[in-house]
Amino acid sequence: MAGLKILSCGAHASIQDFGRPGYLAQGLSKSGAADCLALEEGAVLLGQVSGDGALEMAGFGGVFQAQGDIKIALTGAPMNAELDGTPVAWNAAHHLPDGAILRLGGVRAGTYAYLSVGGGFDTEVFLKARAAHRAIGIGEALAAGGTLPIGPHEKSFIGQKLDVEDRFQGGSIHIVASVQTDLFSPAERARFENTIFTRDIRANRMGIKLDFEGAPFQISNQLKILSEIIVPGDIQMTGDGRPFVLMPECQSTGGYPRIGTVLPSDLPKIAQAGLDAAITFKFLSLEQALEYENRYTERVSQLSDRLHPLLQDPHKIGNLLSFQLIGGVVSASDAGDAKQ
Amino acid sequence: MAGDATPETVKNGDGDVQQRLTYPRIVPVGLNGFLVQFSGGLNEASNRAALAFKAAIDQQAWRGIEETSSTLASSFLRFDTAALTHSQMRARLAELLGQHDWYQAALPRGRRLFMIPCAFDAANGPQLSHAAELAGMDRATAIQSLTAAPLRVMAIGYAPGQPYAGELPPAWDIPRMEQVNPKVPGGALVVAIRQVIIFAADNPTGWRHIGQTAFQCFRPQQPDNPFALRPGDELQLQSVSAEQLFNLKSQDHSGDGGALIRAL
Repeated sequence: MAGLKILSCGAHASIQDFGRPGYLAQGLSKSGAADCLALEEGAVLLGQVSGDGALEMAGFGGVFQAQGDIKIALTGAPMNAELDGTPVAWNAAHHLPDGAILRLGGVRAGTYAYLSVGGGFDTEVFLKARAAHRAIGIGEALAAGGTLPIGPHEKSFIGQKLDVEDRFQGGSIHIVASVQTDLFSPAERARFENTIFTRDIRANRMGIKLDFEGAPFQISNQLKILSEIIVPGDIQMTGDGRPFVLMPECQSTGGYPRIGTVLPSDLPKIAQAGLDAAITFKFLSLEQALEYENRYTERVSQLSDRLHPLLQDPHKIGNLLSFQLIGGVVSASDAGDAKQ
Repeated sequence: MAGDATPETVKNGDGDVQQRLTYPRIVPVGLNGFLVQFSGGLNEASNRAALAFKAAIDQQAWRGIEETSSTLASSFLRFDTAALTHSQMRARLAELLGQHDWYQAALPRGRRLFMIPCAFDAANGPQLSHAAELAGMDRATAIQSLTAAPLRVMAIGYAPGQPYAGELPPAWDIPRMEQVNPKVPGGALVVAIRQVIIFAADNPTGWRHIGQTAFQCFRPQQPDNPFALRPGDELQLQSVSAEQLFNLKSQDHSGDGGALIRAL
């Protein structure tokens, strides 16, 4: 069976798919990729349906070796990537012949990078998903020496790259009202929309703390809130009046007041924001929000329109004989940086 | 029972809007969820109402319902907004709410009693003395009070399979700590606000760590049935020595940690 051998990897690497929704009654949050759009992009690059698990890497990549001929796609936060010593494009699909070494460095922007494989990673399924949730013992800890098995896949391969939405610089995040939004005065809600936030270093797959200049955000009457269902995207105002955006591995219930909920399609922007990226929030009505989400679904369904052939520079290819040129077209522009 | 209740808003002296909420209350959650809250505080009748209303939504088998759940005093549902609109969903919930007095609902069927061994010595329950003091008891009386009667699982949440069980006698209405305990181990018994929790996994908590069980609330090694408890189940703690707990732990492969289980 084909596989991807881990020669080294960052501490926060894990297999992630779209998670396992449906177990809130049992106290289990859905987990899944922090940037689900990156999974969609990986699937389009490999010409397969989305939903397979990908390797999610936070901040830092690792060194990997192909076992058997495999196909990979690199998406999400761009990293410096080298295949057998030659720089290769991000947001692109590549062929890795048996034994090839893939080296992924630190992120150049954003936080979460994804390595998808043709055929998908054939790791253990737990409650209908492969998504790891390490804090509670779901999925394996990935470490040097391990091998991720790869499912059956077609041998044919097209090297392609994808023009992607830049979601690595923060920006305007759309939210809807949540259960306790009304407990914040109109003035506090307006101040929330007019405040520029940045991501605190205290951020992980459970949640992201946001920093800002100014007074703490407070609810108008200090009601004690009974613990209730919380979902990824909810913005909790913790005891010190600072917002904390919940991520896929959040707890299933919580008792902090929530000022709003980030729309699912804007969650990648929060997940991927770098430490100095400016983040602002904007309330949408439910109707506007549903329309916003429909537009996202439409963009995802049309991702394949943004595919382009991957042009390889023969001067940078170490071993020409083991490499298939695409249509004989050469260019120096694609080997290094990806278009952001 | 009236369906949807609208919160009254009043202005206080500072011009801030304050709310007096009436229950039950239907509120949207995020983009595709609704919460039906039966109370703003914890009480037995609202907990039964939340459990029964969640079960009733499941029974309706409405098209587009993607998930239901309940917490201490509310029911939650997530739905497909392409299948029905928020106003349609809200109308259905209001109609179902009006069909019964949910506060009089019976407990769920298939409930079980779990007799769970728990060690309360100083190493296994490092904060028992302090918690007992806050409850106005000495250690021995506290252990007796904690183990005297079964406690009902009112909600499963926070972490997978993790029970919130109560209610303890009023003396146990002790607050959470200001300073969070950075880590209690899986199986830990913690207490606050007349409830106990058996921790599903190592986690930080603001509740006081008063005992240790070998009971695994979440069993990822048993994928067919990884969640040990359901809301409505009852837990009765049984005081054991540190040595007995150690032995139970080393002999147990089921995750039950020596618990005896029977139907109620």
